[in-house]
Amino acid sequence: MKRSLDRSLVQRAGFSLLTLVTLMTVVPILAVVVYIARQGLPAISWSFLAQMPGDGMRAGGILPAIVGTLYLTLGTAVFSVPLGIAAAIYLAEYARENWLTRLIRIAIINLAGIPSVVYGLFGLGLFVFFLKFGTSILSASLTLSIMTLPVIISAAEEALRSVPQAFRTVSISLGGTRWQTIRRIILPQALPGIITGVILGLERAAGETAPILFTGAAFFLPRLPNSPFDATMALPYHLFVTSTQVPNMPFQIQYGTALVLLVFVLGMNVIATVIRSRARAKRQW
Amino acid sequence: MGKSRTWGEAVITAVIKTCGYSAIVFVVLIFFFLLREGLPALAEVRLADLLAVRWYPIENYFGLLPLLTGSLIVTAGAMLVAIPFGIGTAVFIAEVAPRWMREVLKPLVELLGGLPSVMLGFLGILVLAPFLRTFLNLPTGLTALAGSLLLGAIAIPTVVSITEDALDAVPQGYREGALALGATKWQTIWRVTLPAARSGALTAVMLGVGRAIGETMTVMMVTGNAPVLAVHLNSIVSPVRTMTATIAAEMGEVANGSTHYHVLFFIGLVLFVISLAVNVAASTVVFRQKKRAERVLS
Amino acid sequence: MDKIVIERLNLQYSDGTESLRDISMAIPANAITVLFGPAGGGKSSLLRCLNRLNDLTELRTVSGRILLDGVDILDPKTDVIALRRRVGMVFARPVVLPLSIRGNLTYALELAGEKRRSRLDEAVERSLRLAALWDEVRERLDDPAIALSGGQQQRLCLARVLANQPEVILLDEPTSGLDPISTGKVEAALQQLKKDYTIVLVPHSVQQAARTADHAAFFLQGELVEYGVRRELFTHPKIKRTEDYVEGRFG
Repeated sequence: MKRSLDRSLVQRAGFSLLTLVTLMTVVPILAVVVYIARQGLPAISWSFLAQMPGDGMRAGGILPAIVGTLYLTLGTAVFSVPLGIAAAIYLAEYARENWLTRLIRIAIINLAGIPSVVYGLFGLGLFVFFLKFGTSILSASLTLSIMTLPVIISAAEEALRSVPQAFRTVSISLGGTRWQTIRRIILPQALPGIITGVILGLERAAGETAPILFTGAAFFLPRLPNSPFDATMALPYHLFVTSTQVPNMPFQIQYGTALVLLVFVLGMNVIATVIRSRARAKRQW
Repeated sequence: MGKSRTWGEAVITAVIKTCGYSAIVFVVLIFFFLLREGLPALAEVRLADLLAVRWYPIENYFGLLPLLTGSLIVTAGAMLVAIPFGIGTAVFIAEVAPRWMREVLKPLVELLGGLPSVMLGFLGILVLAPFLRTFLNLPTGLTALAGSLLLGAIAIPTVVSITEDALDAVPQGYREGALALGATKWQTIWRVTLPAARSGALTAVMLGVGRAIGETMTVMMVTGNAPVLAVHLNSIVSPVRTMTATIAAEMGEVANGSTHYHVLFFIGLVLFVISLAVNVAASTVVFRQKKRAERVLS
Repeated sequence: MDKIVIERLNLQYSDGTESLRDISMAIPANAITVLFGPAGGGKSSLLRCLNRLNDLTELRTVSGRILLDGVDILDPKTDVIALRRRVGMVFARPVVLPLSIRGNLTYALELAGEKRRSRLDEAVERSLRLAALWDEVRERLDDPAIALSGGQQQRLCLARVLANQPEVILLDEPTSGLDPISTGKVEAALQQLKKDYTIVLVPHSVQQAARTADHAAFFLQGELVEYGVRRELFTHPKIKRTEDYVEGRFG
C-alpha cells in the first residue's frame, strides 16, 4: 500500500514539475506579446504608419520601413514561390528514391540550417559584388529567397504527399498523363497546404535582418524606393538600428516599430492558421 | 492535338526537373562563394595567427579563438535552457495535457518560433539586460548569460515540436502495455515512451543546437560584443562575442577584398561547415516519423 | 472473336517476388471473363498489365505478349494513353475524384481535350444510364461526388470508365466493400454491359465468380491452373486444385 502511495506522490510531483516547466516556457511568450503591445500602442497612429521619418529617425513615421518590408516580402515571394513549388512537385511526383533524390533532400536540410548571416555573406558576394546588383531590393530579395526556399519546398512537398495516392492511380487509368493529373487534381487539392507553407516561409523572411544587412538594407533614405535596384529601409533593420545605434532614440518609436513588425508577423501566422483549418474542414477525402 | 500535348508536357517535365535540382545547385553555389572569398584568408594570415587569442582586426590581430569560445559558451548555455524546458514542455503537451490544452499550447509555441530574432534582441537590450545587471549585480547586463537565455528561448520551439512529433509517433501500444503491467502514467512516460522517442529527441536537440549556433541578431544585440576568450567560470556573466555577431557587426565596414574581408568570409565558411555537420548528423539519426515542414525548419 | 490474347506472360517485381508465371489465355469479346482464386494468385497483377497500369510500379521483368485486337500492348512503342482509354478499370474501393459528380464523369473526356458542352453532357447521361445510376443522381450532378453512398460511388466509378467509351472494362473486386443490394446492382449492370463490352472481372468470392462468369480462369500463386466456361469449371472442374478451391476446402 505504501509503495503505491509513493508512486502516486511521485507522479503528482512530476506532473506539477512538468506543468511548471511548460508555464515557464509559455507565459513569457504571452508576456512578450502583451508587453510590446502595451508599450508600442501609444506610438501607433495614422501619421506614424504613413509618414516619413524625421530628425534622424527620432520623430515622424516609419512608412519607408513598412513599405520596404512589403517590397522585400513580395520580392522574396516572386523568386522563391514558383521555384519552391516546382521543386516540391519534382520531389513528390517525379523523383525516384535513389541517391540523387537523397542528395537533394540533404541539400534542402542543409539550406535550412545555414545561419542567416552566412546567407548575408553569400548575397553580398554573389548578388551585390559579383553580379553587380549592388545594395538593392533585388539583391536582398534574391538572398532571402534562397533562404526561404527550403521552408517552401518542405511544406509544399508534404501538402502534395498528403493527397491520396488513389487519385493519381485513377487519373492515370483514365488516360491522364502525369502532369495532367498534377495540374487538375493533385495541385488544387494540395493548394491550401502549400499556401500555408508559403505564408509561414514569407513570415520568416519578413522578420529577418542578417541577410539584408549588407545586401539591401539602408538606415536612412530620403525617398521611398522606386526601382528594384534601390536600397530600402525595412522594419527589422529599423528596429535593430534604432535600438542599438541611435543615441537618444525615443523608446516609444522603438516599441512602435516593434509592434508594427509583430503585427505583420503575427498577422501572417494567423492567416496561415486560418487557411489550414478551413482547408482541413473542406477536404473531399 | 496529341503531338503538341506531349511536346508541352515534355517541356514542363524538364522545367520541374531543373527546379528539383535547384537545392543542390544553391548549396554548391554558397559553398563555392564562401570558399572563393574565404580561403584567401588562409593565404594572407598564418594559421597560427588565426588560432590566436586576440581578435583586433584594426591592428591585424585575427585570432578566432575568442569568437569560437564565445559561440560555444552562448550555445552551451542556450542548450542548458532549451533542453529541459523544451523537452519538458514537449512531454507535457504530448503526454499530459488534455486535448483542449494541446490546441492552445501548440500554436503558442509556434508563435515563439515565429518571433523575429531582432525583436527578442530588442527586448533583451531594454528589459533583460538591465534586469540581469541589477539582479546579479553586474557591471553590465549585456553578457553571455543574456544571450544564452534568449537563444534558449529561440531554440525551444524547434526542440518542442520535433520532440513532440517523436512522442506522438510512439505506438499507443507501448503505453497501454506499460499501464497494463501496473505502471503509473508518470513511470510510463519516463521508462517507456520517452526512451522510445529517444532518437527523435536527440534529433530535436541537435537541430536546436544548429539553430542556436547560427543565430545572429539576438546575440549581436545582447552579448556585449567583447571578443575575449570565454573559458573562465564567470565568462557566462561577462560580455562575449560570437562568430555570427562578428560577421554582422564588421562586414559593413570592411573594404572589399581586404584581409579583414577574407577572414570574415572564412568565419562564414566555418559556420557553414559546422551547420552542415550538425544538420547532416541530425538527419541521419534514425528518425522515422512524419516531418512537419514548418516545425523542422522553425 | 478473342478480344485479348495473352501469350506466355511472365511478371516479376523488383523485390524478386514472382507474380505471374507463363500465363497464356484468351479473353473473348462481349463476355464476362472471371479471374478467380485465393489471395496472392496474381489476378490483380494480370489485370493491371491489361491497361499497362503496372508501369507505375517497380517491375523488373515482363516477358511475353498481350495482344489487344492482335496488337501487342506490351510493346514499348505503344501509346499507353490511348490504350487506357480503350481499356478502363474499376478498382476495389470506390475512389471518387474530389470533383462534382459531373466533374468525375467528364474528367477523362476533358483530359482528351473535349471541350464541347453538348458532347460532355451527353456523355454524362449516357454513362450514368449504363451504370444504372442516372435516375438516382440526375437532379444533383453538381454535388460533390463524395456525398454519394458507397454503392453509388462505385457505380459512379463504373460510369466514369464508361464515359471514355472503352472497349474493355477491367474490374478488380469491385463489390468487396458493398452491401448485397449494391452488389446486385453492379452485377446486373455488368450483365447488360457485356453485350457491347469485353469484361474482365476479379471477383471477391467464388460465389460471385460462379454467378457472373461466362468464362473463368483459376489462378493459384501466379499460375493459371484451369480455364473453361462457367458451366464446366464450377460444376465439373478438371483439375483437383480447382475443385478443392471451388468446394471451399482451402482459400
